[in-house]
Amino acid sequence: MFPILSVMVALPALGAVLLWALPGGARARVRELALAITGVELVLAVVLFLQFDTSAAGTIQFSETYAWIPQIGTSWALGVNGIGLLMIVLSALLTPLAILAGWWEDKDPARRTHYLALILLSEAFMVGIFAARDVFLFYVLFEAMLIPLYFLIGSFGGGQRRYAAVKFLLYSLAGGLVMLVGVVALYFQGPGGDQAFLTDNLTGLDMSTTAERLIFLAFFLAFAIKAPMVPVHTWLPTVAETARPGTTALLVAVLDKIGTFGMLTLCVALFPEAAAWAAPVIIGFAVVSVIYGALLAIGQKDMLRLVAFTSVSHFGIMVLGIFAFTQTSIEGAAFYMFNHGLSTGALFFAVGFLIHRYGTADVTAYGGLQRVVPVLAGTFLIIGLSALALPGLSPFVSEIMVLIGAFSVAKVAVIISAVGVVLAALYVLLTYQKVFTGPAPESRKPVMELTRRERVVLWPLIALMLVLGFLPGIAIDTLRAPSADIVATVPTEEAGQ
Amino acid sequence: MTFTTPEIAWAPLAPVIIVLGAAAVAILIESFVRSAETRRRVQLGVSVVALLAAAGTAIVQWVGLEGAGTVVLDGMLTVDRQSLAWQVLILVFGTLGTLLFAARTRAGEEAFTPLGSVAPGSTEETLARRKGMQVTEVFPLALFAVGGMMLFTSVTDLIFLFVALEVFSLPLYILVALARRRRFLSHEGALKYFLLGAFSSAILLFGAAFLYGATGSTSYTEIAQGVASASGVDALVLAGAVMVVVGLLFKIGAVPFHSWTPDAYQGAPTPVTAFMAAATKAAATAALLRVVYEAFYGLEWELSWLIWGVSIASMLLGTVVALVQTELKRMLAYSSIAHAGFILVAFAGFPDGALSALPFYLASYGLATLGAFAIITQVREKSEDGTVMGEATRLGQWAGLGKRSPWLAGAMALFLLSFAGIPLTAGFVGKFVAFAAAISEGGWPLVLIAVIASAAAAFFYVRLVVLMFLTDVPEGQEDAVEIDHSPLARAVVVLTAVAVVLLGIVPGPVLDAFENAGVLLLGAAG
Repeated sequence: MFPILSVMVALPALGAVLLWALPGGARARVRELALAITGVELVLAVVLFLQFDTSAAGTIQFSETYAWIPQIGTSWALGVNGIGLLMIVLSALLTPLAILAGWWEDKDPARRTHYLALILLSEAFMVGIFAARDVFLFYVLFEAMLIPLYFLIGSFGGGQRRYAAVKFLLYSLAGGLVMLVGVVALYFQGPGGDQAFLTDNLTGLDMSTTAERLIFLAFFLAFAIKAPMVPVHTWLPTVAETARPGTTALLVAVLDKIGTFGMLTLCVALFPEAAAWAAPVIIGFAVVSVIYGALLAIGQKDMLRLVAFTSVSHFGIMVLGIFAFTQTSIEGAAFYMFNHGLSTGALFFAVGFLIHRYGTADVTAYGGLQRVVPVLAGTFLIIGLSALALPGLSPFVSEIMVLIGAFSVAKVAVIISAVGVVLAALYVLLTYQKVFTGPAPESRKPVMELTRRERVVLWPLIALMLVLGFLPGIAIDTLRAPSADIVATVPTEEAGQ
Repeated sequence: MTFTTPEIAWAPLAPVIIVLGAAAVAILIESFVRSAETRRRVQLGVSVVALLAAAGTAIVQWVGLEGAGTVVLDGMLTVDRQSLAWQVLILVFGTLGTLLFAARTRAGEEAFTPLGSVAPGSTEETLARRKGMQVTEVFPLALFAVGGMMLFTSVTDLIFLFVALEVFSLPLYILVALARRRRFLSHEGALKYFLLGAFSSAILLFGAAFLYGATGSTSYTEIAQGVASASGVDALVLAGAVMVVVGLLFKIGAVPFHSWTPDAYQGAPTPVTAFMAAATKAAATAALLRVVYEAFYGLEWELSWLIWGVSIASMLLGTVVALVQTELKRMLAYSSIAHAGFILVAFAGFPDGALSALPFYLASYGLATLGAFAIITQVREKSEDGTVMGEATRLGQWAGLGKRSPWLAGAMALFLLSFAGIPLTAGFVGKFVAFAAAISEGGWPLVLIAVIASAAAAFFYVRLVVLMFLTDVPEGQEDAVEIDHSPLARAVVVLTAVAVVLLGIVPGPVLDAFENAGVLLLGAAG
């Protein structure tokens, strides 16, 4: 069978190498080249989606296994079920859009090449991680991905970028290394041998309660930092504020999903009993994230920080859905991971377009744009409404699924989280009001309307949210079976509250 | 007491004999070849050929070896796959180190003083420099050190342990003192190294005497039997064992026996630092493994507090002090102390896995160390009138190196990431196998501390990466640093960088080889 997943990992990685190897003279059209590579990747992702057998969404498909380092029991094993599939589609969709959205940045071809190569490299890691079926492989990609990200944050962007890059790296590394202890310990719980790290061989292990809980916590910490949950979220606003909007869009919309993805496919699937044991506390932290993120979002002047805090809030809802362990809540959380990618990605791109026009992310510098650039204002409003989960747009469907699904097991948590949804309305509408309505600030430059390139970035995302808002079944069908499998592994005792 | 001449099986000793023989020949070359320039070339040729020939021989022996290995010299030495694996490793480090020894700057300046015996700053020194004198003795000295280290890895007798220790230590003391620039610093480092080294040798010897008193033998196997047969713990045995282990911990550079490390690393000529850091640690780890697994295996419970304590102290002190260093060579010295702690983590509970994990760990650490110091020899200060001076080892001078020389800075970043244990580098696989070995015997609390120390250590490695890539060259400092191009040093950088990446991505064959080596030693230990 055609190893489509390996090709999807290799293509952007080789593309990155190709970009770096280009001689100086050939770098004039480097953006087009990078866009073409990610375009091919997107086509492959679409093929993957169409070839995927939805009726068997719970089983791993497109499976490939090659021995990698048999001495320590690790394989190059890829494969996706419905959840991984959607995440790969999301990665492949947002990467070319991020390149398009940042088209105007960098006059210097060498710098531009460097930036694009790093973006391509990140894409290779993202696809690899979402497809990994081997815990060691997952870990290696999870940690190695920090290097391109570190340079993306540290080399490109404004202000405190070095500080942000180091903060990001140390947070992630600390989580990652604790996870490493868990990975090694898991090896000794498993069957050993040449394929000791295959997730199939590590599922349903008979571990002592203490071992299972400790290993669970080691994994969970790494994912909670990545996701990011309160209180280990503080790197995200710093990074969002300083990095380029394109970088941040990829980071929050796709890469941070590795956190929730890991919780779902590793933490819960491999350690169901420990997950049930920890669920009440985790749900508590999730609710704190929802409210705390939303409250801080309201207080932000910097739009990039604002979007970052809204994401902290939204990630709280996803974690709530995962650890409520009902069919609907897990489906909703997985679907939300996809929708949040669309909505937040679009939001960061849109803020990036505003910054391109005004040179600042500070809301107080804006005002009255509605009359000058109505298309931009309207587009921004729709994207903003998607973030507050307006019915008709897909984030609404997933958010309501999480809340309804979790209600039976964690009533108080759901009621408090619902307040977060109301707060979301506040921060989105307040921002819109400050930027687009009211009097224009004095000394205002003439402002460009949304260009054609920018429409190509934003409108497909809006269209997709609309389609999935009315026909969510397209995505949810692929999530139903994997979610059911996860629910089935978790002990049936009351998990919430 | 009668003295019987032991039967000597010469063939298994061939690699060591080649190296030590070449060292003897090299001394003759010192006496008979007059022209410094010719001498240097001949010495380099002889050293590299001898080291590679010895490595080749060791590999051939490895392939031909069956069973538990060969006992040589009445049980004083054991040549088995474990010792051959370490010997090949040390020979590789020796070859790369020798290449660095011979590297010269574009202006033709070596790393060593023109004449070791003259006072720093004296007229004689200026004269010697003007006459183009060179201390080519460094090549035979390095060969002797390599030979001693090779013996050190296969020693199975306490007397021979001491002899081999001195054979490789004495040349190193001299080498450390031979720096061309900042000679006082070099002398200071050498003196500290020598005094503490002598101290540690004495402790080791004292311990050996205790063990002989308690068990009536200096042979590892008989000590092991003595340990096993004693009912309860014999205080004499325990004191002896602790002292022998402490003597070896000095050489590994673990806290609290580390205090020579920063000064010796900083003062020594950088090629010597590179060789010493990589090879001494490997040799001492090999000797520690053998003495612990073959003689003291029965003392696991009693020795574990020592191993745990030293390991934790090394990781914490090495990491914390490295964080505040502003001098690059000192920073790497403290990083090496932290790595000594990581090495000891693999000893926790004396797991079987350590026998294959540690050679790999030391291979990854040594290669990255050699590469990193090779790069340090390439970054030079420049005075205001444009003359190239010594190495730019203040951290601030590395600001913006990524813009001046992206490939060199990229290679440095690779080595630093390998030290930090980031996946897809050799350092990650090394840490992984070492931690796995410790966890297999229940050492996970130690591993957890190691992991926290790794995260903190990453901070100072990353700090240098930030300086190189994300910081601009300071105003007015654009001409203060010059990148040198020595083909030999560049070759070392390229070779080590390729090795670090290969060992990170496809470590399988090497892991396999070392796994093979570990099993045999266990067989011998019974």
